[in-house]
Amino acid sequence: MRVGGKLVLVMNNSCLAELSGVTKRFGNTVALDHLDLDVERGELLAVLGPNGAGKTTAISLLLGLQRPDSGSVRLLGQQPGSMEPRRQVGVMMQEAALAPELRVREQIDLVASYYPDPLKPSEAMEITGTAPLQRRLYGKLSAGQKRQVQFALAIVGRPRLLFLDEPTVGLDLQSREIVWATLRRLVGEGCSIVLTTHYLEEAEALADRVAVLARGRMIATGTVSEMRALVVRKRIACRTRLNTADVSGWPDVQTVTRDQQGMHITASNTENVVRLLLAADENLQDLEVQRAGLAEAFTELTQENA
Amino acid sequence: MNASLAQTETSGSLRSNTMPRMRIFRAYALEAKYESLRMLRAPAFAGPFLLLPVSLYLLFAVLLFGDQMGKDAQGALFTFTGFSILGVMGPGMFGFGITVAMEREQGLLKLKRVWPMPAAASLIAKMMMAMLFVAIVMATMVAAAPFAHLRLSAGQLLNVSLVNVVGALPFCALGFLVGALSSGKAAPAFVNLLYLPMIYLSGILFPLPKSMYWAALVSPAYHLDQLGLASMGVPSIGSPAVHVLVLMGVTLGFAMLALHRIRHVG
Repeated sequence: MRVGGKLVLVMNNSCLAELSGVTKRFGNTVALDHLDLDVERGELLAVLGPNGAGKTTAISLLLGLQRPDSGSVRLLGQQPGSMEPRRQVGVMMQEAALAPELRVREQIDLVASYYPDPLKPSEAMEITGTAPLQRRLYGKLSAGQKRQVQFALAIVGRPRLLFLDEPTVGLDLQSREIVWATLRRLVGEGCSIVLTTHYLEEAEALADRVAVLARGRMIATGTVSEMRALVVRKRIACRTRLNTADVSGWPDVQTVTRDQQGMHITASNTENVVRLLLAADENLQDLEVQRAGLAEAFTELTQENA
Repeated sequence: MNASLAQTETSGSLRSNTMPRMRIFRAYALEAKYESLRMLRAPAFAGPFLLLPVSLYLLFAVLLFGDQMGKDAQGALFTFTGFSILGVMGPGMFGFGITVAMEREQGLLKLKRVWPMPAAASLIAKMMMAMLFVAIVMATMVAAAPFAHLRLSAGQLLNVSLVNVVGALPFCALGFLVGALSSGKAAPAFVNLLYLPMIYLSGILFPLPKSMYWAALVSPAYHLDQLGLASMGVPSIGSPAVHVLVLMGVTLGFAMLALHRIRHVG
């Protein structure tokens, strides 16, 4: 079977979720444009992209909340939305408001009852740090505490595949650490996780693989290191008597700025620039060379595709 | 905490994803329990719908017109059944209408479609909640009835209570359709647009002029009122079978329209 230009014979056993050549339109707006995306067993995939890139639409299709206009969607080898895959999936959405009149323990108890072999509510609360909130009414919790409870609901069914939409928005540092530690533990036990986040340091800290979407298309995918390597420039910082106008005219130099900490240079070939700096200023001090981070890679990639 | 967090081959053989029947039953039972609990904990909902019917009944049938009730057995009966129907309408129409609209608007319905919640658990839970509220309303009405000179046997009171508890379902379906069509903020207004005219135009509290009888005939409240009278073996208008058919038609028709809307629009 050929779908969206991609040959799909049988779903790869290691692939838990797959979008193949998927196009989705809302009126005249193309939300997804022949998108291919797969989630492998035991990986944490971070889906990044600017607002309107198609991240939420892609997740909604995988969860069976929407249907593609063309292309195919498989979730755990089956049609998304059917009961069998739903029993193996956990989800944490950004906008869902739970019943404010129920206590935290009651919410977790209720959602656990939907799954064949869930964690005990007390275990889920212990793991997610929500045990002290168990008697509190959900409606009386702070925004961060509500996110913690939603995270507990996402993991209580012992999912094989977990979808998390901005899981740490509004969390304090300690709660964020708990979420990160739990995600690492889940991945360690073979769970696959699809994470959408605007916190690039979160993706950098957790992701095995990153997929960057822009305007409904996949513009880059790979490990965090591979993504960083896509951005060839590096940063140089130093204290020097050289003036910025001279340095900005050197080969390979892209930008030069100066502040109280010294001179900051971005360059495509830092080795050459460092040699020139050392030759031009024998009193050069505090020399530092840094690789571009995921943030720089993301910015560069999305700007190129804007 | 040593519990395995994920269903994986590394933590032993992959767990079965089939749900034992008892667990499915437990999911339905918990959904109904927590739906009822959350509505009982909502004072803006529980207060009016549990206390208003019996309060109005005591006001009219005991305080204002108590003497007349003592002399007019039929009037006492109609007042009792009329305020009982008032108590039946509220939990279904408002309970379904507003909660479904809010759940749609705030994304909970979407989450319920992603969770492996048994297909009909949420709907059945809301119906059970409405029937529980009506059972409580009927218990308070039955407890107040002797003060309003109502002379009915225990069997008659039980019959009309059972009819009214099941009779909550057509009003659930009406509320469900409103909830499926309107936003959370607009739902109370739309439910009131149906609820208030239905109280007056179904003839359950005040006799209607002949020219307005048609309005009663299209109102589920009228048919439930007459069915309740028939269940007690007292004179009623129309065939009980027709009343049952109308109430079933309203329930199935509106519920199917609401389900269609939710499946296709969300």
